[in-house]
Amino acid sequence: MATRDSGGQSQSGKARRDEEIEDVTTEANPEVAERQQEITEDVDDLLDEIDSVLEENAEEFVRGYVQKGGQ
Amino acid sequence: MTVRRIMGTEVEYGISVPGQAGANPMVTSSQVVNAYGARPELTRGGRARWDYEEESPLRDARGFTYSGAAYDPAEALADEDLGLANVILTNGARLYVDHAHPEYSTPEVTNPMDLVRWDKAGERVMAEASRRAATIPGTHPIHLYKHNTDNKGASYGAHENYSMRRQTPFADIVAYLTPFFVTRQVFTGAGRVGIGQDGSQPGYQLTQRADFFEVEVGLETTLKRPIINTRDEPHSDADKYRRLHVIIGDANLSEISTFLKVGTTSLVLTMIEEKVLTPDLGIADPVAELKAVSHDTTLTHRMRLRDGRRLTALDLQWAYFERAKAFCDDRYGTDTDADTVQVLERWEAILDKLGRDPMSAQDELDWVAKLRLLEGYRDRENLQWASPKLQLIDLQYSDVRPEKGLYHRLVARGAMQTLLTDEETRTAMVEPPEDTRAYFRGRCLAQYPSEVVAASWDSVIFDVGRESLVRVPMMEPERGTKKHVGALFDRCPSAKDLLEAITGG
Repeated sequence: MATRDSGGQSQSGKARRDEEIEDVTTEANPEVAERQQEITEDVDDLLDEIDSVLEENAEEFVRGYVQKGGQ
Repeated sequence: MTVRRIMGTEVEYGISVPGQAGANPMVTSSQVVNAYGARPELTRGGRARWDYEEESPLRDARGFTYSGAAYDPAEALADEDLGLANVILTNGARLYVDHAHPEYSTPEVTNPMDLVRWDKAGERVMAEASRRAATIPGTHPIHLYKHNTDNKGASYGAHENYSMRRQTPFADIVAYLTPFFVTRQVFTGAGRVGIGQDGSQPGYQLTQRADFFEVEVGLETTLKRPIINTRDEPHSDADKYRRLHVIIGDANLSEISTFLKVGTTSLVLTMIEEKVLTPDLGIADPVAELKAVSHDTTLTHRMRLRDGRRLTALDLQWAYFERAKAFCDDRYGTDTDADTVQVLERWEAILDKLGRDPMSAQDELDWVAKLRLLEGYRDRENLQWASPKLQLIDLQYSDVRPEKGLYHRLVARGAMQTLLTDEETRTAMVEPPEDTRAYFRGRCLAQYPSEVVAASWDSVIFDVGRESLVRVPMMEPERGTKKHVGALFDRCPSAKDLLEAITGG
């Protein structure tokens, strides 16, 4: 069981079409990097917002959530 | 026909009344459904019943009728007798109580984008249903969640349905669809905190459902769940069509996850029907690999194939993609329809992203978006996977309320891409798709509410004052479209006029 993102390159992406991957990387990288940066800066702000809408008393709330099975 | 075919989804929603542990879910589910049924357009002239005449959930696609005791054939009828709520909507959908959950079945649509639209409309129907239920004096607020497990051992379904040619051998479907289902999790997963049916092992996995599947093929849907479900209940001409009932998927909030889920599946089904797939993608132990793939968020796990090769889920998805692309290029070339082109483009793009860095799909896929939130909290507050707060985030991601659901908060911030406008989803709550028999059903309910006494997927039953009721069968899902009957409705002010027009008096 792996629970953390490796942040790494799966072989699957590379294994497929090496030459095309190179092209796409060169062209798309600046834009992607910029977007990733924006996303990272956004995280704290995001978590603050999530905190403001999360149900109170997580432990009790989660424990009380019991379903009957379905299809 | 490529990605285009008759299809639909049926989603059971999780339901709870916080602070009221003793609340009976059948009662609260009925309250929710009935509250929605009180909408003005659904109350004029009394509510139409569901017509069960053609239903046969025990018929097996392998050619026999099941006679075991695991499923009570009278169950659906008994539910009706108990007064469990059931509303047929003017958009052609069915909103009802299935055992202990409210369920929304989309109307029949012909393409993946329409499926997303009417599936998302279902979330809004549920959100409004719970809002309306809360206005009834003495009622506690009822929460609804679009997900598949309570993390305590119970799972409930988000089923997909695809119309297929009857002549396609079921063995081909099993052989070629199983590896696809084991591996499509990389983009269809809704994400789940916890491993195992009761979620008690700490960790995070791609899907809500994987740990609940125990066999490769079977008729069951609630125990010994199979990767390929054999229910054979076409709701249409059984000599021409089968309805493939897919029970392995997660309920997705992400429009892109849903689009990819049904679009790629439909395309693979077309390749199965056209006999262009070959048996070299068979997985040695699909049930075990289903779980192994779901438990690996790095997407690097190598499955063992029947021929001994070891490939990742992404490798197998690339193989399906390459074959689909080659099939469409070869068969249709530049005439490939726009829906299919869009599915191919998105499929390729997401596999490419997932292969480079799965987290780069955080504004597209449910499991990645959810993991990003969870990792944010793990870093900031040093939380372990067993933390109740992380479990709450998992649960609340799927809350249907726009102000509370974390998926909805992500969309509102621009942190999650969408495919549909607000207007498109909102209008789909009341308007049917125009290119299937759902148009006929929806328009009948909207235009002749007091004369429609019952309806089902393949019939509408009228009371127009004759000695007996009049049942209009709709065994062809692609008939009854706007193009076909729109003008007829326009010139028939009453159901009596309509029946006279279609039966020649």
